Amino acid sequence: MIELKVNGRNCELDCEDSTPLLVMLRESLELSGPRFGCGQGECGACMVLIDGRAETSCNRPMGSVQGCHIETIEGLGTADKPHPVQTAFLAERAGQCGYCLSGVLTSAIGLLRANPTPSREQIIAALDPHLCRCGAYPRMIRAVERALTLLEQ
Amino acid sequence: MNSPAMNSSTMNSSTMNSQAIGTVSVMPRGFSVNRADGRPQLPGSLHTNRKLGQWLSFDCPSIVRVFTGKAELGQGILTALRLIVADELDLALEAVKLESASTARGPDEAVTSGSLSIQDSGSALHHVCAEVRALAIAAVSLASGVPNERIIVENGFFLDRSNKEVIGDYWTALAGENLDREYMGTAIPKAVDQRRLLGSSSVPRLDLPDKVFGKLRFIHDLKFPDMIHARVVRPPRLTSELACDPAVIAAELPSSVQFVMDGRFMAIVGLFEHEVERAAARFSKEIQWTKGSSLPDLGDLASFLRTAPCEVSVPAQRSVDGTQDKGPEAWPDGGQRFAAEYLKPYLAHASIGLSCALAQWAGGRLEVWTHSQGIHNLRDDIMLALSQDDDAPKRDDIVIHHVEAAGCYGHNGADDVAFDAVLIARACPGKVVKLRWSRADELTHSPFGAAQLARLDARVDQQGQITHWQHSVWANGYSSRPGRATTPSLLAASERLRSTPLPLPVNPPLAMGGGADRNAVPGYALPNFRLVNHRLTVMPLRTSAMRALGAFLNVMAIESFMDEIALSLGQDRVDFRRRHLQDSRALAVIDLVLSRSAFWSDQSLPRGNGFGQGFGWARYKNSGAWCAAIARVEVTDHVRVTDIELAVDVGAVVDRDGVLNQIEGGAIQSVSWTIKEQVKFDSNELQCSDWNDYPILRMNEIPRVSVHLIDRPEQISLGAGEAAQGPVAAAVVNAVSEALGLRIRQLPLSPDNLLRAVHAAPSFASEAQQDD
Repeated sequence: MIELKVNGRNCELDCEDSTPLLVMLRESLELSGPRFGCGQGECGACMVLIDGRAETSCNRPMGSVQGCHIETIEGLGTADKPHPVQTAFLAERAGQCGYCLSGVLTSAIGLLRANPTPSREQIIAALDPHLCRCGAYPRMIRAVERALTLLEQ
Repeated sequence: MNSPAMNSSTMNSSTMNSQAIGTVSVMPRGFSVNRADGRPQLPGSLHTNRKLGQWLSFDCPSIVRVFTGKAELGQGILTALRLIVADELDLALEAVKLESASTARGPDEAVTSGSLSIQDSGSALHHVCAEVRALAIAAVSLASGVPNERIIVENGFFLDRSNKEVIGDYWTALAGENLDREYMGTAIPKAVDQRRLLGSSSVPRLDLPDKVFGKLRFIHDLKFPDMIHARVVRPPRLTSELACDPAVIAAELPSSVQFVMDGRFMAIVGLFEHEVERAAARFSKEIQWTKGSSLPDLGDLASFLRTAPCEVSVPAQRSVDGTQDKGPEAWPDGGQRFAAEYLKPYLAHASIGLSCALAQWAGGRLEVWTHSQGIHNLRDDIMLALSQDDDAPKRDDIVIHHVEAAGCYGHNGADDVAFDAVLIARACPGKVVKLRWSRADELTHSPFGAAQLARLDARVDQQGQITHWQHSVWANGYSSRPGRATTPSLLAASERLRSTPLPLPVNPPLAMGGGADRNAVPGYALPNFRLVNHRLTVMPLRTSAMRALGAFLNVMAIESFMDEIALSLGQDRVDFRRRHLQDSRALAVIDLVLSRSAFWSDQSLPRGNGFGQGFGWARYKNSGAWCAAIARVEVTDHVRVTDIELAVDVGAVVDRDGVLNQIEGGAIQSVSWTIKEQVKFDSNELQCSDWNDYPILRMNEIPRVSVHLIDRPEQISLGAGEAAQGPVAAAVVNAVSEALGLRIRQLPLSPDNLLRAVHAAPSFASEAQQDD
């Protein structure tokens, strides 16, 4: 039995240590935000915050997250109470297919928590683990910059 | 140069290399809707879906449900169609609900491809809405006694213009109308000055909130009670055969999973996805396959393409004296001759999401959930593929629903995975089977974009004008989409015990946009022109439609060649193009991007010695959007594209930000294809199973991208999804060539290929040299 906190709620999950965190998030906890893209931590679609740090969940064994606080996009903001990063992504229409977006937003929110005034280079460095095949990257950078101004207000 | 193997000089390039099979007759759909059916011509998809009720429904209070046969692929088509409907009907955006395509309801619009959705679906909806609006106004007029011309529409309500009193709404007005009747043409869409929303930039994207809040939206999120999960275990190559007894390995699988097998098609099924995944991984590790037939030499794709068996056609030619141009050997003496070859490798779709489908076979009825671009085509192919089976379903017994997935850039694995799921569901009656491919499946088993070689020949007269031009293309056909051939193109259909070989990909006729020869007809006013297409009749790697088809390489080749000729003649490369151009909309995008560019005319910026700027333009398919692009690059041991600027003319802009998004994204994807991408393989094995094998452009590699848009509200709307790829590739290649001071003609512009070009520079130069 593995105990952890997910989006502020304590959970006990019955699984093997080797089971990937993403499997438990999607299958057992029915969270659809973190998405499966590659299973090797190479594309960032499954990004979550583990104790505040953005990390891929598809290749993260459950045994290594015992006692951790996992935050997914669902826990970071909702349609009723959006995080400024979510508001900014909607305003910039920063996505095309959007499959990568919940991961991208998670990394962006993780960045702004650690550094509320990142430079453009720091934004790009934080989002670089994410692959976007549609080519919506410039919009994502613009959206994070817009979120900075929203956060200042 | 080796001469191509010429099997035939007359065969039509769209001839199907297959024969009819089975007991069910399914007419291949071909590439286009047959509009010459004796009925009055109607706009777009309205021609073949003539009933108003196929498009709109007012059966939910305060909501207009809109049915489209086009699929949301991430391109924002639902947002654009919603704008059209809200504008024509004068409704609030929120009152317009777009329904995903289904074979059970709504129009059959064949395939979402070719940048045609706004033309096909959008123009149909413009007209349907105009007529429905007129019907509703007539009904309100009859009921209220207020004459038609005094009725205005605001937010779905009808008002008497004289006193602004509400006298009706769509839902009550249409309650007595039967929309299950054909469009009559009694009303025309709004005039330009009456439009409220079109061309606007400020509307929200319909599908984005779900994606930004991590809600259920994608096919991967679908869940049903009684659902079971599946994974497929595929032969590594089309030609690989079993080299062991799978039953022996299957016997060792845990009892919680079930093994499904039909010939070389194998799947593992079970209740828990992760268990199935692990069992499938173990199974694939143990199963043995033969290597399959040998693959071309990746280091010399040009020779492979030039010498492979092929079918030759001349899809287009024109001559100033009306005679048939016989090609460079028959051109008049004198003047200067130029020739050069350009090469593109195999490319992968490489979507971030994985192909996925659900299927349920219950009581003779088959239901499928898919992210296919063409659900009706898929249904036809499923029928074909099962036509010899005892339980072959009839068309009416198959229902297919479109569900969104990750970005789609052409004929990827979406249809294949759907048929995989159908076969598995057949072995698990009653259950909903959910199947997702792996990353390796996605990168190796989806069809690829074809490798392609283009050779250009030109003759230039004493005045520096091009008099003769020949464009020759060698490539596999660019389409093996389902529903278009007499045998199924679904991967598993070729793996089953009762298998049919995959049809060879064909090219759509040039009049429908062409395939490998797409955009091989230059947009310049050239007196003598000839296009020769060599369609390969072998297919070592499975290929089909990928965004822009042959236009990506052909535009790169034409625009590189124009640069080469201009430079060789000592002429300004843009002026040289202008002197050969009569198309005013082409000139407009070219002038716009050059005049707005922050860097093009900046004399202080270094040129050469590792710094370069390049230009390219095209009108997509010679019938779609105009796009001109300039690129700025820095070249060290690798290429860095620092800036891309574009100007685009898509006619009447529907969703302004949607166009900008498609052009920006198209430009970035094109930079990725141009400088980074190629499918790698050795003599027997594909080497592209993960993102390390097939890297795509990352955020820290992207250029600054700016787009200048020309809105022409009085013109018809044209698609934006594939306009940028060719011009951007051309601009980048021309910029890199300037930076290095030598001509680069082979994609991608990877460090290896750059090095090869530098070493080969003398011979490259001599080949390109003018030859008087």
